[in-house]
Amino acid sequence: MNNIFVYIELEDGAIADVSLELLTKGRELADSLGVKLEAVAMGVGLTGIEKELAKYGADTVWVADDEVFAPFRTLPHTSVLCGLIEAEQPQIVLFGATPVGRDFAPRVSSALHSGLTADCTQLEIGNHKDAKTGTEYKDLLYQIRPAFGGNIIATIVNPDHRPQMATVREGVMRKEEAAVPAAGEVKPIAWRDYLKDADLAVTIIDRQIEERKINIKGASVIVAGGYGMGSKENFRLVHELAEVLGAEVGASRAAVDAGFTEHERQVGQTGVTVRPKLYIACGISGQIQHTAGMDQSSMIISINTDPEAPINKIADYAITGDVNDVIPKMIKYYKQNSK
Amino acid sequence: MNKALKIVVLAKQVPDTRNVGKDAMTPEGTVNRAALPAIFNPEDLNALELALRLKEECEGSTVHILTMGPFRAADIIREAMFRGADGGYLLTDRKFAGADTLATSYAISCALKKIGYDVIIAGRQAIDGDTAQVGPQVAEKLGLPQVTYAECVEQVKDSSLVIRRRLERGVEVVECPIPAVVTVNASAPAVRPMNARRIMKYKYAMTPSETAADPESARAAMVASRDYLKIAELTVADIDTDENQLGFAGSPTKVKKIENVVFQAKEAKCMTSADENINELMVELIASHTLG
Repeated sequence: MNNIFVYIELEDGAIADVSLELLTKGRELADSLGVKLEAVAMGVGLTGIEKELAKYGADTVWVADDEVFAPFRTLPHTSVLCGLIEAEQPQIVLFGATPVGRDFAPRVSSALHSGLTADCTQLEIGNHKDAKTGTEYKDLLYQIRPAFGGNIIATIVNPDHRPQMATVREGVMRKEEAAVPAAGEVKPIAWRDYLKDADLAVTIIDRQIEERKINIKGASVIVAGGYGMGSKENFRLVHELAEVLGAEVGASRAAVDAGFTEHERQVGQTGVTVRPKLYIACGISGQIQHTAGMDQSSMIISINTDPEAPINKIADYAITGDVNDVIPKMIKYYKQNSK
Repeated sequence: MNKALKIVVLAKQVPDTRNVGKDAMTPEGTVNRAALPAIFNPEDLNALELALRLKEECEGSTVHILTMGPFRAADIIREAMFRGADGGYLLTDRKFAGADTLATSYAISCALKKIGYDVIIAGRQAIDGDTAQVGPQVAEKLGLPQVTYAECVEQVKDSSLVIRRRLERGVEVVECPIPAVVTVNASAPAVRPMNARRIMKYKYAMTPSETAADPESARAAMVASRDYLKIAELTVADIDTDENQLGFAGSPTKVKKIENVVFQAKEAKCMTSADENINELMVELIASHTLG
């Protein structure tokens, strides 16, 4: 009882990376609280799923295995998770801040009348004293997130309501197998007790999912372009440099909004969080919205005509110059020296 | 022919956090809120467009805005009327202050019960919080199904809508019975422009609080004689609520701490684009195995 739940998101039967990232974080939180880490998986054909989840620290794996749960629909997943939460009384429930998590976690929080904090970038355990009443709370979940377009960082707590719930974006937490694999004990969810007929009201008529073509999250070198690239045509320079360096292409929100490249490449608070070995920011001014998604890169090189651009404050190397001049030179000298 | 629908669009007036320029930050590196204009939340405009298209498909339908906020939030109701909405409701009361998403959703759901609805349409999320929670929570509070990330209504049936929704890596088409809550994605069609005739017709539309501020004005007299210029105002007294669930007291989440983001300057090695600089940099990156 009062353990930590992690909702396991499945993409065509495969476990989403964000769920393993949450298990890694959940393991750390569970250890500091001295409680168990429990994974909750709903889908179809889940036999054996506990093996992978145990590697990432799941002591228990709750399973609801039936066609009603795949593909994901809001109402069945909401009712069954609410039923399980009411039966098991976890103190913390974590979800990926994916389209699925952001669709149904709010609904679960409303049904249980417990708070939910979206898009947390850090989760910690700590104490809290209510400023008005003076009541002291031990071992609350600090849900830390950027707000106001990323201009402030807020720490949120849920003093009086359980479970404490949070969503976290993919790539924000590290994914790491536990030092010692956990037991991964499978427990069936009594989902037939929780599911209502009305939960089947919405029907899926058609579904077309594309393969994930772009994977900037896993890239060790990223060349990213911003609005300063000037045009869609000119953005090709970013691709050329990336190709020569064996890197992936990223972009700022401004470049994506301007139509220079596709949304899948967007780095930042409303895009992907990356931490490559090297991040080359080309014509990116460095609004907090963008830097929130890349400031953990091991090394940052910025190319900008404005020596005062905010990006230079987090860069290791700040090149003041025109991207049209600098990028071709980088290509040239990389080729010359790498032989 | 499709039946007439009462469509309510949930919208929010937000500070424009997307255009945080240099003047939007104080020298101390904190947010200068005064420098941020208050705008119609962008995805709520996509929601308004979806609502207006649905209205066109179903003769006799109406589109009303419901927004919770201070008196000045009536601005976005007028803007919506200029673009094609029939009217709106401003939900305003000091008792709503300090509400988190759950207390907000509760207040809005109580107002919706009072107003009535067939279809509730909202933007996916607001740019000041980016939580995307209010739509699904309102749906839950009203016991309605929800369709999130909608791009268009493909078909209107007797008692259901066929909706195309955008997923991370694809699209899904679902059929959802109404009443329902639909949240709309930025990838949906952009909102139609304001219409000059509608601006002429509705520019004097006001809430009771606005007319009360200047009761002797010609504008107030005009609103008094023309019902279509009246923007409805709802307070806690007008809707049926459990006051314990409103505002700060009704919010399970509490803000423990707020920190302004201040850029910590690192010591960047600055250089020009001269050939020897770029050459030296590439040699260094290769030698350190950062590249290659």
